[in-house]
Amino acid sequence: MIQLQHVAYNYQRQEVLKDISLSFPIGQIIGIAGENGSGKSTLLKIIAGIQRPKKGTISLHKESLSRRHADIIAYLPDMDLFYSFYTTKELFAFYASQFSDFSIHKALEVANFLEVDVNVKLKKLSKGNRGRAKMAATLGRNTAYYVMDEPFSGLDPIVRESLLKGLIRYTNMEEQSIILSTHELHEVEPILDQLIVLKQGEVIAQDDLETIRFETNQDAVSWMKYVTKEKVK
Amino acid sequence: MVGEGGYEMTQDFTRDKPIYSQLVDLICGDILKGKLQPGDKMHSVREYSLEVGVNVNTVQRVYKELELMDLTETKRGQGTFITTDEGRIQHLRENMKVELVNQFLQSIAAFGFSKEEIIQTLQRKGESK
Repeated sequence: MIQLQHVAYNYQRQEVLKDISLSFPIGQIIGIAGENGSGKSTLLKIIAGIQRPKKGTISLHKESLSRRHADIIAYLPDMDLFYSFYTTKELFAFYASQFSDFSIHKALEVANFLEVDVNVKLKKLSKGNRGRAKMAATLGRNTAYYVMDEPFSGLDPIVRESLLKGLIRYTNMEEQSIILSTHELHEVEPILDQLIVLKQGEVIAQDDLETIRFETNQDAVSWMKYVTKEKVK
Repeated sequence: MVGEGGYEMTQDFTRDKPIYSQLVDLICGDILKGKLQPGDKMHSVREYSLEVGVNVNTVQRVYKELELMDLTETKRGQGTFITTDEGRIQHLRENMKVELVNQFLQSIAAFGFSKEEIIQTLQRKGESK
């Protein structure tokens, strides 16, 4: 279980996250939604141990979290941070050299499932195929948590669907969890267990998807619009 | 209710009902139509969640629900099977019929139609078919 208590973050005087307390159990797919600039990326970086909160604590299984925990959490950044002259296969070899939990075998299997040609240089791949290669590299790691920043953004519906299926197929919900941010709520909703909505650095709503539908008769998209508006009043 | 399909494409869901209950309806429909026969082996939770593009935990809930309705039985180490108890399926059939009629009656009442004029229309439809 990852636990955040009263986490706050700011860039100089600009508050990015304010007093966030959340917990992320094992065995769930958790979505984080919110408008641009609501603090999603920063929150994910803090969860992944890449950025430190300015205030508050973050712990994993009751131990406080630091950069060393990169071996328990696989992080998929929203930017292309990889050497573009690598082929996907070389990217996997690089991952294997960096992460002891990385399985080239599994990464290749995911790449095959997502139909990525692993012998083509990343820069020669279409954006959709680069998104697939990134996903395969991330899922190649065997970690308790996968933290993914906008894994579907800018990709067409067919790529998005294959990535969603890849997530279902190559994670084990008895031992792992996925925390991902997304704007494509309508498509992602069926795979989510719970949804967290951020606005201006605060958590304004959090609930199980089935509860949202059962109690409010709304899907995730309309629920999110509703809670975001309520907060403005 | 859930749209037509069944082929390898992610299912579309209506917005006002929990996804698990829409999947329960979908499978009940398949049982009533005979697409799933008594004694048929069902997909594993993982396979089914991949087929419909839905979270594994949600599918687990679907399977639990079907088991509570006595429509499926789980045999240890072998998987989940559609019940061979025809009485259960008959029971589902009757329940579903009543439920659909109730829904229908609600929606005609919402538009202010009387039962009588609707029954007339239904009869005409039935004859012309």
